Amino acid sequence: MKHILTLIRKDFLLEIRQQYSLYGVLLYVVSTIFVLKMAIDQPEEKVWNGLYWMIQIFICVNAVAKSFLQESNGRMYYFYTIAGPRHFIIAKLIFNILLMMTMSSVSLLLFFVLFGLPIESPFIFWGIALIGGASLSLVFTFLAAIAARAQQNAALMAIMGFPLIIPQLQLLMRISNIAFSDIIQSGLSTLIALLIGFNLLILALAVILFPFLWKD
Amino acid sequence: MRRNWWKILCVLLLLYTFIGGFLVKLPYETAYLTSNLYETMRNFFFHVPMWFGQMILLFVSLVYAVINLSKNTIESDIKAQAFAQTGTIFGALGLLTGSIWAKHTWGSWWNNDPKQLGVAIAMMIYLAYFILRSAVTDIDKRARISAVYNVFAFFIYIPLIMILPRMVESLHPGGQGSEGNPGLSGSSLDPSLRVIFWPAVLGWTLLGTWITTLWIRIRKIEEKSY
Repeated sequence: MKHILTLIRKDFLLEIRQQYSLYGVLLYVVSTIFVLKMAIDQPEEKVWNGLYWMIQIFICVNAVAKSFLQESNGRMYYFYTIAGPRHFIIAKLIFNILLMMTMSSVSLLLFFVLFGLPIESPFIFWGIALIGGASLSLVFTFLAAIAARAQQNAALMAIMGFPLIIPQLQLLMRISNIAFSDIIQSGLSTLIALLIGFNLLILALAVILFPFLWKD
Repeated sequence: MRRNWWKILCVLLLLYTFIGGFLVKLPYETAYLTSNLYETMRNFFFHVPMWFGQMILLFVSLVYAVINLSKNTIESDIKAQAFAQTGTIFGALGLLTGSIWAKHTWGSWWNNDPKQLGVAIAMMIYLAYFILRSAVTDIDKRARISAVYNVFAFFIYIPLIMILPRMVESLHPGGQGSEGNPGLSGSSLDPSLRVIFWPAVLGWTLLGTWITTLWIRIRKIEEKSY
């Protein structure tokens, strides 16, 4: 537990000290959404929903990609001496979940400001956005680990990630469509349970499989 | 000869599938009265076994990926790759046979049916697997990384094609409502079709395995020549 906290703290310190990466992603979020505003002035509800999640995917690829790609070989040798693979992946997952939840919230705020509020219950949608951000970052963090091991860039991560994210994305779209409608539809709890179950599955897979990617 | 009994069985089963599949009397009620399937119902012996075969082949690929992770042999890597390759080809054939059938029953080659979209995406998961493999040059490293991806992808692939499409309406026979495995739900599958269907599944899967053993032999010879 101590190891994990130390590793998360190290990632936070890095983000604060190398400000270009954090602000880079933030700027990416802001400029994407502004370009979107220029391109389509006032989207319908369904388009709003679809665009929001598509943008989340692209933000996630950009935000999460560097989590492993930035760790140089020399730094990995240092990690080998101070922590195990499980600690390392759990720390990365927690950090990326927090990062992505922040980015999802920022982009949701911008969406509200620029595209208006087509939603009856914004706080429920915010909750969905947080779960969604966490789901996306789980999958992409693990794929970033694979891409980094293969000494490839974010492009390979996107190729692997876009098909693999579909199950969660499909569930998220359906859950958030419910948030858009006035009447409470049945089956919401089943969908959320399914999504959480899916996330637990991916968490388990990541923790089991990461040790094989740890050392050459 | 003794080691090849399953190849003979494969040929016999597929002969049975083709002869029986084209000649069997279709159940009048489900083929003509309550649906618009008519004679296209015979596609059931060719289209559906492709998906069964694909899932079995991909599962075998997963098993070899797990063996590769625990034992770290090049042989298991070659096998995992070869089974994934044949599985993907079976998937492509499944899409193709489904598409031809859809032209006759649904009216167009591509209908944006949830199941069509689901499997099209699922195919991309395994295409990404081959791209990942070609991106890594070191043999041992490639074996390990692709095995990790293979395991990870399989556990997302199965819910993607098994659970999610069943939660939405589908055009597939038997796919109405939230329950029902297309074509295999109790009421729509006549016992007379079952007698041909299950041997067909076995026959096509054996054919896939046979093709895979050939891939494996070619790959082994290639490895030796370096």
